[in-house]
Amino acid sequence: MSAVLFLVIAALTVLGAFTVVVARSPVYSALGLVGTLFLIAVLFLSLDAQLLGFLQIIVYAGAIVVLFLFVIMLLNLQAELETLSAPGLVAAAALGGLALAGLVAFGVVRTPLGAPALADGFGNTVPVAELLFTTYLLPFELTSVLLLVAIIGAVVIGKKRLA
Amino acid sequence: MTAPAPLAWYLVLSAVLFGIGVVGVLARRNLIVVFMAIELMLNAVNLTFVTFARARPSMDGHVIVFFVMAVAAAEAAVGLAIILQLFRARETVNADEVTTLRW
Amino acid sequence: MVSAEPLLRWIVLLPALGFLWNVTVGQRAPRTSAVVGPGAVGAAFAIAIVTVLRLYGLEGSHAGTPPMLHDFVYRWIEVGPFHADAAFRLDAISAIAVLVVTGIGFLIHVYSVGYMHDDPSFARFFAYLNLFIAAMLVLVLADNLLLLFVGWEGVGLCSYLLIGFWYEAEANAIAGKKAFLVNRVGDASFVLGLFLLVQYTGTLDVAELQAKAGTLAGTMVGPMTLATLICLLLFGGATGKSAQIPLFVWLPDAMAGPTPVSALIHAATMVTAGVYMMTRLHFLFDLAPAALAVIAWIGALTALVAATIAIAQSDIKKVLAYSTVSQLGYMFLGLGVGVTGAALFHVVTHAFFKGLLFLGVGSVIHGMHGEQDLQKMGGLRRHMPGTYWTMLVGTLAISGVPFLSGFYSKDEIIAGAFLGPHPQPLLGVIGYVVAVLTAFYMGRLFFLTFFGEERFDHHHVHPHESPWTMLGPLVVLAVLSALGGALDVAGRVNHFIGAHHEEATPFGMLILAGALAFIGLGAAWYAYVREPSLPEQVATAAGGLYRFLRDKWRVDELYDAIVVRPLFALAEFLARIVDPDFVDGAVNGVAEVVAWLSSRWRRLQTGNLQHAALSFLVGALALLGYFVVH
Repeated sequence: MSAVLFLVIAALTVLGAFTVVVARSPVYSALGLVGTLFLIAVLFLSLDAQLLGFLQIIVYAGAIVVLFLFVIMLLNLQAELETLSAPGLVAAAALGGLALAGLVAFGVVRTPLGAPALADGFGNTVPVAELLFTTYLLPFELTSVLLLVAIIGAVVIGKKRLA
Repeated sequence: MTAPAPLAWYLVLSAVLFGIGVVGVLARRNLIVVFMAIELMLNAVNLTFVTFARARPSMDGHVIVFFVMAVAAAEAAVGLAIILQLFRARETVNADEVTTLRW
Repeated sequence: MVSAEPLLRWIVLLPALGFLWNVTVGQRAPRTSAVVGPGAVGAAFAIAIVTVLRLYGLEGSHAGTPPMLHDFVYRWIEVGPFHADAAFRLDAISAIAVLVVTGIGFLIHVYSVGYMHDDPSFARFFAYLNLFIAAMLVLVLADNLLLLFVGWEGVGLCSYLLIGFWYEAEANAIAGKKAFLVNRVGDASFVLGLFLLVQYTGTLDVAELQAKAGTLAGTMVGPMTLATLICLLLFGGATGKSAQIPLFVWLPDAMAGPTPVSALIHAATMVTAGVYMMTRLHFLFDLAPAALAVIAWIGALTALVAATIAIAQSDIKKVLAYSTVSQLGYMFLGLGVGVTGAALFHVVTHAFFKGLLFLGVGSVIHGMHGEQDLQKMGGLRRHMPGTYWTMLVGTLAISGVPFLSGFYSKDEIIAGAFLGPHPQPLLGVIGYVVAVLTAFYMGRLFFLTFFGEERFDHHHVHPHESPWTMLGPLVVLAVLSALGGALDVAGRVNHFIGAHHEEATPFGMLILAGALAFIGLGAAWYAYVREPSLPEQVATAAGGLYRFLRDKWRVDELYDAIVVRPLFALAEFLARIVDPDFVDGAVNGVAEVVAWLSSRWRRLQTGNLQHAALSFLVGALALLGYFVVH
């Protein structure tokens, strides 16, 4: 894609991120999050990461954000009067975030990055699967266990306790 | 597909997203929003990985992102369960009001 | 010529086993101690005789090096090139000492069976006595100075235990403490001497030291030779153990212990340890004439001072105590002028007659139900004839009446002061003065006790003679005191150490000594039998001088002022100020600093989630910054 297109999408992504952080109502934040995630999926596609792009939409935008919304509804959270934490903390946050972004950007700009030609099927299911079931077999299995544990954990923690 | 925008721009974008996520974690009172900001940070990192995978090129970056997504999902589930339980106990999801683990 | 003799260790072990018995079984069955206590020492005496006979058997057969029996038990210490063994040696010197210690020890053990008969701690007494004999034998038989020092310390310990035997009375415990502490000062000096010996010769073995002694005379330390310094330090230890100036002050107080203890430890054996040690190391002292001069002077002065104190004491045991100090002074005078044989001879004769005198006094005290004040006695010769006759012999012997043992030994010393290898004529004159004083105060003691009007309360005190267990040893010792002059102790010792054979004492000196004895005794008889009011008149006329002598030259008060009080003041200061304010202050201060720090630091734990996240951020920034910049 051309650079211009990228800039537009990037700007929208940042806008979405801002919404998450700045919005009064948690629902608005969630919506901002969905938008950001969706745009990031687009960016993935632009980087020839097709599998990941769709996974992003399915897992992140489709499942995780929905989970967030469920909880927000369950807790019946309203728009807040005071959204921000203590001023000192906010100032520290602003500074820290700025410093961090600046530092990373500074480091990044100095490294030379090219965009070489790609093999056939780069970013698709097949190479990912090949790696998952050979080199990264152990992490794969462990992740499945992790997911099982997380399910059980979430159920147990989230149960209503009898008085 | 060839030649997206210069890859360095992607990285700058992810740095900015990460920074915004950091601000969100520290500067918001609502724990749910804090959580969302954490997801934001994770996604910024994912973007970084994918960019580098494109640059080298290597599929390993994609595999890592795969795992990050799985773990993020698990973490979100458990974390939200905890917040649910917290709300039931304290009637609040305000970070300032859950400070009993102090000196 | 050295021959192995495994029996030697048993001389030491038997009394030690006796101690163990008395301290365990004896506590349950005290009457067994009456047999085991003396029995152990008696057996040791028997073995001693056997081994000494074997030693004499060796003597005729070899010319050259003097004969010696040796018993190597085991290698005790081995550190690099230095070693010290648990080993015993029996030669001419230790043979004499062993016989005296076990023989007189045995007699006193038998005596104690009667004397301590009614004491509730009967078994404990014999336990301590046996332990003492064992320690003294270690000292006497030791082959090296380190083992000797073990015995040295051991007898000091037993002295403390026995002086304070009746510890329920605080004064006795205090006397025991005083003895121990004063001795400790002397021991410190002794140990310093040992350190120097090890440093410069690498050994404490007597035989090896004898070989290497010559090197010590060559090295200079400041104004004196190393040999002189070491000898003075060792003599420092002797002033403590053998009660010379300046460390004699414990001996009179030691009379708080039971009288057999005074007889055994503070007359016959332990106090002679210093003399024995110097005889053992004669080869070293011969290299330090300057030290010998010092020793001679101290001995003579001690003899004089103690004798002057003795004539003004009312307690019967105190008279004998100061007499012991005085006679010990004679022995050191003898060592200092070089007549070592005569000095050791006097040790032996003194053991006889002083042991006899103490036991006799014990008999008197026993018969007078604990009375010790001379002013409350008198005329006892009718009531206690056995004691009377034996004590007469003892008094005559110590006074130097011709042909009794004391005459020979004391006279050889005084003659040595004029004619010996390192003569000090002035000290010889002092020796004669002390001889007169000795005869006088002993006569005083004798006459006040056994003659004159009976000054005790006839309603409450009924003096009676003592049982045969107490009289028997008295008789034996009386015989020895009378005939002991025949023993050629000096000759054997001189032969062993290679001293030149001395000329016989000039006849004129013998006459003078005998005359002085009679003058002293005569004066005492006149003052205390003929004209009993005379002493009081003299005392009143002399006034201050008399009080000065009676108050023992106020030495204790002096020491109290310059040593004891400053020490206590320092201790108070340290306890009241330094310890609470500085030591505690420092320790508490550290704790307070930690507490203060932590009170500030723990404020970081706010419990706020985002504060924690902030710390993460800061850390991450730092790391990131480091990696980006480098």
